[in-house]
Amino acid sequence: MDFNGQKTPSDSSSPSSPSKLVLYSYWQSSCSWRVRFALNVKGLSYEYKSVNLVKGEQFSPGEFRDLYLTTSVDISREYLEEKYPQKALLPLDPRLKAVNLQAASIISSSIQPLQMLSVLKYIEEKVGREERLSWAVYYVEKGFFALEKLLEDCVGRYATGEEVYMADVFLAPQIAIAIARIDIDMSKFPLLSRIYESCKALPEFQASSPERQPDAAQ
Amino acid sequence: MEDSLELVPVARFVESSGDGLKYEYKAVNLVKGEQFSPAFSNLNPMGYVPVLVDGDIIISDSFAILMYLEERYPQNPLLPHDLQKKAINYQAASIVSSSIQPLQNLAVLKYIEEKVSPDEKIPWVQFHIGKGFTALEKLLNGYAGRYATGDEVFLADLFLAPQISAAISRFNVDMTQFPLLSRLNDAYNELSAFQDAMPEKQPDYPVVSKG
Repeated sequence: MDFNGQKTPSDSSSPSSPSKLVLYSYWQSSCSWRVRFALNVKGLSYEYKSVNLVKGEQFSPGEFRDLYLTTSVDISREYLEEKYPQKALLPLDPRLKAVNLQAASIISSSIQPLQMLSVLKYIEEKVGREERLSWAVYYVEKGFFALEKLLEDCVGRYATGEEVYMADVFLAPQIAIAIARIDIDMSKFPLLSRIYESCKALPEFQASSPERQPDAAQ
Repeated sequence: MEDSLELVPVARFVESSGDGLKYEYKAVNLVKGEQFSPAFSNLNPMGYVPVLVDGDIIISDSFAILMYLEERYPQNPLLPHDLQKKAINYQAASIVSSSIQPLQNLAVLKYIEEKVSPDEKIPWVQFHIGKGFTALEKLLNGYAGRYATGDEVFLADLFLAPQISAAISRFNVDMTQFPLLSRLNDAYNELSAFQDAMPEKQPDYPVVSKG
């Protein structure tokens, strides 16, 4: 199976990244989106290699399967944070740091796993199409309400203040996808809406969006 | 997902491990919905357990709690120095907390039982555990020693131990397909830090078990 090895138009003013970063990504995947956003915030250039999840390319023999056998994608941000400390994704203040980790976890454990295509497909097949949508909306809203509460004391322009941190990296793609896929009513979530508007204005976020990826459907 | 009993053992484990940190245990009965009580909601509006209170810092979410403890109390580190091994720990933790646990918690299982069928519950959970455990066997291959990523207990073990225990005792997962995880399970069962953290040893373990 061939993978598309293509260069992505990344931040040209990036500091040096000593070893070459290669990101295996699927344009629509929210988890991939988080990592793209983080790489852009850190000014790290990388080679984009697409893995078509719909076609099951993650299971075919070849370099991807050998490299990346896990079913989750979330913790590369922690790794990036340590290896490339420029533009820190976690604030120094312990309380704010904890808020960022909690926000990331709400999304990666309480929302995203229940939005996986395989899970939604199961619900649709076993229960019905309408049920699939109400399941999706239920879990997104539950998580979003929790996030509104979590962030209410520390929100600024971004989730935990005036700079982009890990919470934003997780939040922005999740909100975008919720709007696009399940038409979520964001008026219920004023803080998240505000954060999302701030992130949308960032070139780093725009560059990371699915439509701008080499493997985006035409 | 945090609103379920399964993650509580994770926080307890690190507390009584080599860190030797003392803590006061406050029970929150999830079956009775105590996470929604006014008192608990004031503490943690999200209604999730576990919650750690350290002075005026309040943290929910097991991963966030563990990372906080790691920084605040650096003795007996929960993460190795080596960056690659550290990343393996993060990945293992993430497989459990994102790919397995959210799909086996009480709310989801209840949904499957009610909306799909009681007979579908166990196949569903065994499928997701099996998928995650298969991934873990491959991830840890070449890194595991006595424990998941070497001969000391690290973050991966804190997530793995309760998960494997639940898979065996609650969901009857056939562990013969997972030799590495089986071996780790034996090692965890010999650790007093893990044994002390088990559900049966907690103050709120029901005296008469509900059948």
